Amino acid sequence: MASPPLIELRGISKRFGGVRALDDVSMSLAPAEIHCLAGENGSGKSTLIKVISGVYQPDGGEILIDGEVVDKLDPAASIARGVQVIYQDLSLFPTLTVVENLFLNTYLRERRRGVDWGRGRKMAKEVLERLDVSLDLDASVETLSAAGRQIVAIARAVLADARLIIMDEPTTALTGREVARMFRIVRDLQAQGIAILFVSHKMREMLEISERLTVFRNGSKVAEGPIAEFDERKITRAMTGRDLNTGRFAAPEVSPGTTPRLELRGVGIGKDVRDISLQILPGEVVGLSGRIGAGRTALAKAIFGLGQEVTGDILVDGKPYRPASVTEAIDAGIAYVPEDRLSEGLFLSRSIQDNAISAALDGYAPRLWIDRKRARDETRAMFDDMQISAPGPEVPVSTLSGGNQQRVVIGRWLMTDARVLILNGPTVGVDVGSKEQIHSIIHGLTRDKGLAVIMISDDLPELAANCNRVLAMADGRLTGELTGDALTEDALETALSAETEGEPA
Amino acid sequence: MRLFHNADVLIALILVVAMVFIGLVNPAFWQMANLFSLLKANVVIGLMALGVLLVMISGGIDVSFPAFAVAGMYIVVRGMVEFEYDGVVIPFLFATVIGALLGLVNAGIIHKFNMIPLIVTLGTASVVRGLVLGGIGTSNVNINQMPDALIAFGRTDVLTLERANGTTFGLTAMILVYIAAALVIHLLLTRTMIGRSVYAYGADAEAAKRVGFNTGRTMIFVYCTAGALAGFAGLLHSSMIWLANPRDFVGLELDVIAAVVLGGASIFGGRGSVLGTVMGVFILVMIQNSLILMGIDTTWQRVVVGGMLIVAVAITALRDRRALV
Amino acid sequence: MSDTKTTASGSDVRGTLVRASGNTNVQLGVICILVLVAMTVMRPNMFLSSYNFESMAFFMPELGILAIAMMIAMLTGGIDLSIIGVANLAGITAGTVFGWVAGEAGAGSLGVAPVVLGVGIGLLVGVLAGLINGLLISGLRITPILATLGTGQVFIGLCLVLTGGPAIVGFPDPWTWLGNGKIAAIPVPLILFVIVCIGLSLLLSRTSFGLRLKLIGTNPKASLFAGIERGRMIVWSYMLTGGLAAMAGILLSARTNAAKSDYGASYLLQAVLIAVLGGTNPAGGRGNVLGVALAVISLTLLSSGFQMMRVSNHLIDFVWGAFLIVVIALNSLRRGRGK
Repeated sequence: MASPPLIELRGISKRFGGVRALDDVSMSLAPAEIHCLAGENGSGKSTLIKVISGVYQPDGGEILIDGEVVDKLDPAASIARGVQVIYQDLSLFPTLTVVENLFLNTYLRERRRGVDWGRGRKMAKEVLERLDVSLDLDASVETLSAAGRQIVAIARAVLADARLIIMDEPTTALTGREVARMFRIVRDLQAQGIAILFVSHKMREMLEISERLTVFRNGSKVAEGPIAEFDERKITRAMTGRDLNTGRFAAPEVSPGTTPRLELRGVGIGKDVRDISLQILPGEVVGLSGRIGAGRTALAKAIFGLGQEVTGDILVDGKPYRPASVTEAIDAGIAYVPEDRLSEGLFLSRSIQDNAISAALDGYAPRLWIDRKRARDETRAMFDDMQISAPGPEVPVSTLSGGNQQRVVIGRWLMTDARVLILNGPTVGVDVGSKEQIHSIIHGLTRDKGLAVIMISDDLPELAANCNRVLAMADGRLTGELTGDALTEDALETALSAETEGEPA
Repeated sequence: MRLFHNADVLIALILVVAMVFIGLVNPAFWQMANLFSLLKANVVIGLMALGVLLVMISGGIDVSFPAFAVAGMYIVVRGMVEFEYDGVVIPFLFATVIGALLGLVNAGIIHKFNMIPLIVTLGTASVVRGLVLGGIGTSNVNINQMPDALIAFGRTDVLTLERANGTTFGLTAMILVYIAAALVIHLLLTRTMIGRSVYAYGADAEAAKRVGFNTGRTMIFVYCTAGALAGFAGLLHSSMIWLANPRDFVGLELDVIAAVVLGGASIFGGRGSVLGTVMGVFILVMIQNSLILMGIDTTWQRVVVGGMLIVAVAITALRDRRALV
Repeated sequence: MSDTKTTASGSDVRGTLVRASGNTNVQLGVICILVLVAMTVMRPNMFLSSYNFESMAFFMPELGILAIAMMIAMLTGGIDLSIIGVANLAGITAGTVFGWVAGEAGAGSLGVAPVVLGVGIGLLVGVLAGLINGLLISGLRITPILATLGTGQVFIGLCLVLTGGPAIVGFPDPWTWLGNGKIAAIPVPLILFVIVCIGLSLLLSRTSFGLRLKLIGTNPKASLFAGIERGRMIVWSYMLTGGLAAMAGILLSARTNAAKSDYGASYLLQAVLIAVLGGTNPAGGRGNVLGVALAVISLTLLSSGFQMMRVSNHLIDFVWGAFLIVVIALNSLRRGRGK
């Protein structure tokens, strides 16, 4: 290619206090290239985005745009050079209309004082035509679907004369069909000369859409190259640094006659999930794989009493159970570790002990008064079980590392009479060492306490290595099951890609 | 925009139904004299409501404006008495500026310390009332001390009609001031970027910052305008009743907030219109003033206003319901 | 912060001191002593008189209980602007009932039994008012500010309807004893205040109820995933707030032997101020009774000192407002540094 790269980073480093967020990173993006940035949480992806968009100033190295060294890249300069970032939360204005969400950026950039609604509407229409999508211009954004909002965010970036659009985990809230539509839009943009930097940790999407791939781990670039050089296994290995052949979980012997811990018979949830039947025996770890939007989280939440319009029968230890509220779910012995640890799982400013007993308060305070001695003793015992390293139960959870925080979230359910443990993304954002410990803790729990575990994860090696069997889910149904020797990472890949082909593109 | 119009249509409908109902209970409602006095009662509350509308669109709440109104009014009137100044333009300018400066204090504290507007404005209200009463005086300036020009200004009528018995009654010219202010705020809100920044800030303050709005300037615009309107309305009030009472406007914040919520402004920010607010003010004032016409004891007035606020908020809360999960 | 126990070992004395100086309650204790010393130096004869302390002990409890009520509403991230309305409504309802019961004879002649009934009615009014607030907030999901602003007006309006405007005067003797009496030389309101403080302190720090409220205030979403029934807890918390406000209203009407719709209007701001000064986070999750008690003591001392120095009541309003703003600004700066 004769033209210089759109953006080139040379030896970029960034530290926060003692933490090295980026360590001597070099990479480049060609004009109109679809590039994927892969890495686990905390690998330095978001820091890199913020360096390119001018939010952070690097401590070392240089940034070149169009072959020229840019001295001080601040957000305004970055936007002026055509860099647009679409954050995961999209940063739209829910109560304002589509038109206004589209033109506000541009008018701001043009430093206008007045608002020309006619011109704004024309611009909005044109950009949506350019993207070949139709949206109700006068609808307020809050009434749109997740996909519609995503389109508004993309259109807004295009209107701002973007030459590079950075998309942070853009497919999180989309269904398979919507992802396909978004990919079409992305390819259109490419044809119009706009480069796209995808930030993702989802293998399949990277392989499908990107031309080149850069993988980050612990603040360093660990792999880079054309997508043809990669397959899922190679990407995973680069991302996790883990040897994939280790640590296959030895499934405990389960005698066939046992009553299942959890049994679902024809369970449906609204329109999202239909006709789910499954049995999980004591000591079993069952994986649930599938795309975002396939209904995995909806199913998990419904079992935990957070679903609406649940039909069919659920049995816990053979006893019928109606999940009407979280309280009832907990009483029935269901435990749920949510996807988003920080916003859904933890009371950050409270102590470890308060977090630990939060789901079992009735047990610790049968008559209003909290049995503080028992609470402290059992929190300490939980510390040992979960191998939490912290000065003591009084320390606020906010001071712990991600891995230790996740152990508190899981450990909290040791304080209840949990018999069924649902783990939604059990090791998301947890460093590799902690990850393996958490896995072995989970196995210990199934072995010693006869827990039944449902493990929801996008991390296929995690599922393959830790589950007795894995169920595949797509479009709200169970579509397959892999078990015993058939449960390999390759087989999982095949099962999932079969689903993808089955979906209309 | 369609949604706003829908909300406005609904409010207009409620307004018409209420008017018809009150008229049926007591036809005296439709007498011109009554309608004129209703419109007159709209002016001061309405001007303040325009300011509160801005604050509520930005997602905040303001309980300090009655104190600012008192400050604008009392400081200026006492100053005019002291310096024996008689005029209209400069006093109103002063009252407006005093309100705006006090609003600037609100904006500064709220923005700088990222603090809950309610608590900040509770504090500034107390500070300002304390300063006015403790520092300037506690006695009323009544009709025989009030500057003549102010009284003359306040009693200007734009239209005078004659009753059957030969006495005349008029429509206050202040209604024009109110309409002009409403028009200006409407244009600011719909046609300028600073106006749209208020909506954007109320819809999602973080996103507004990311998109590149200068949110500090937005806060200054919102609270200074609210303060300026309050200061202006305060002085206008005293020129219309020929009295400057430093203890005036106590508890007025509730009426005004109720009117703005009745007018369809969202309690979560990001939504609201001048037309809706003007109608909301009219509904509130009309119902308050019509209680006697409908034969209801005035002691029930606060119960009715409080009840109206609760109902209006409940309806908008149902509309804007934000699920936790 | 204040409810995190320091687990310092003997060698870590310096760390303990540093942490203690960052502890709101220690700061408040120091403020109390400073105010006390300053006032004593400036007006030694008046300030240190037993009369002065006694009068403080009579009127401080009303304000203290209102501030605790406000703190409880703030624990879940709410606020209760109706507490003054509730307080007056409780006093007025009780007064109206006394009027009915006594008839021609005048309420002053009533004995202990009707007064016990009156206290019960007053507290019931408060709890019911709180129930309405709680249902509006958790059931209809109205923001606490607007819900309680509206109900506050309704309660004050009901006061006006019941009294027709003027104050109700002439309460039974046992009732006024609640506000003016003494047991073993200790003012009754002070005794009640101490009981309330101890009771609520235990309730908030030692029971599942208190912990649940704080957890809800810390992270409403996580509390849902922990199976805490947020709606029901919020209703309970506002009922408690209402009950406490009613208790303050009973003490107010007992002390002044009168009840009126607009008594204690300036208490609202002061209650917010004291709650925030006492270490309560208005965004929810943090608050403790000891802090609020210390805050009310220091402000009462300050206020009494101002009065002795003949500072006008209006300037005291100014000082309260300014104090509130300074406190929240300092809290905000401290939070900023903590990050």
